[in-house]
Amino acid sequence: MSQRLVDLVKSRFPQGVLESHDFRGDDTVVVRREDYLEVVRFLKDSPGTAMDFFVDLTCVDWPERKPRFDVVLHLKSFGSGERLRVKTGVPEDDCTCPSLTGLWPAANWFEREAYDMYGVRFSGHPDLRRILLYEEFEGHPLRKDYPKEKRQPLVPMRDDAPPQPPPFPERPH
Amino acid sequence: MGGVDDRSAGGPAGPGGGAPPFGWLTTKADPLFAWARKWSLFQYDFVTACCAMEFMSTMCAHWDMARFGAEIPRWSPRQADVLWVVGTIVHRQGPPLKRIYDQMCEPKWVVAFGTCASVGGFYDNYSTVQGIDKIIPCDIYIPGCPPRPEQVLDGLMLLQEKIGRGELSRWQEEQQKKAAAAKLAG
Ligand code: SF4
Repeated sequence: MSQRLVDLVKSRFPQGVLESHDFRGDDTVVVRREDYLEVVRFLKDSPGTAMDFFVDLTCVDWPERKPRFDVVLHLKSFGSGERLRVKTGVPEDDCTCPSLTGLWPAANWFEREAYDMYGVRFSGHPDLRRILLYEEFEGHPLRKDYPKEKRQPLVPMRDDAPPQPPPFPERPH
Repeated sequence: MGGVDDRSAGGPAGPGGGAPPFGWLTTKADPLFAWARKWSLFQYDFVTACCAMEFMSTMCAHWDMARFGAEIPRWSPRQADVLWVVGTIVHRQGPPLKRIYDQMCEPKWVVAFGTCASVGGFYDNYSTVQGIDKIIPCDIYIPGCPPRPEQVLDGLMLLQEKIGRGELSRWQEEQQKKAAAAKLAG
């Protein structure tokens, strides 16, 4: 559906595009991290593409893969109605990715969420703090290696079980 | 006046008897207070999630909680008797929940509304408290995701019955346990 956009990006960044694919009409370009910001800027600002709507930004953890994380960006054009997904890989040992807050202020909270849940640091972000969890929380819970049973309560947990309930009282109906 | 606390004393004392005159007044005062409390429960609603919808319908005219004398929400915990915890409680909300509970005047009761508040529901994960009784003592648990208003009223009636029987609230039980432990310690 937006093969045209994929071709435009490929011709503009022949080195930068690592891969592209299409799943039932949803096109994806996978780009190098170094070119990510420029690709997105090109998609947003050039008149031929005009992907002016920042739909979503999230992250995926592939524990076995290198690079380990994917930052996934969804864009839409209000003018033409086209959609495009842009992905870029982020390695674990240098867990940073350029921030899009300079292009869309709306990216601010999405990037904070991705940081909160996956620990990807967005360079150039004006206020990279946790957004959903609390400052005392250690680790990033949506990483696949976060222990499933690990809880980090803020108040001490009581562990006295409630007493057995009395037999259900009979009541007239 | 050693007989004032003797709950078994019934009726005015006979001449030379142990119980003070009008000893039965104290005997009858407790059920009277219990009856009054049970029909004038002021509530504080700690509402966080989807269960709120059913709470609203229970409050509204169709199911009409006012029939049970429990229709007035107080927006200050200091004026409330019952804390309704409605919805999912995440660890981040633990400190405010505890604080609100501590601010309530005694005697106080707590109702866990819905599966999430009772046991954490299906959110068995890093963020959710597995039941509010991990944080505060809880008297009534209403199951359901969300519970139907009939179930909520059932829970409310159970609470009323509990108060009417003169049973201790879980808060009072806790206080007594603490006092006993302190006595033992010395
Ligand atoms: S018990 Fe169900 S309806 Fe109630 S807060 Fe939890 S998920 Fe929502």
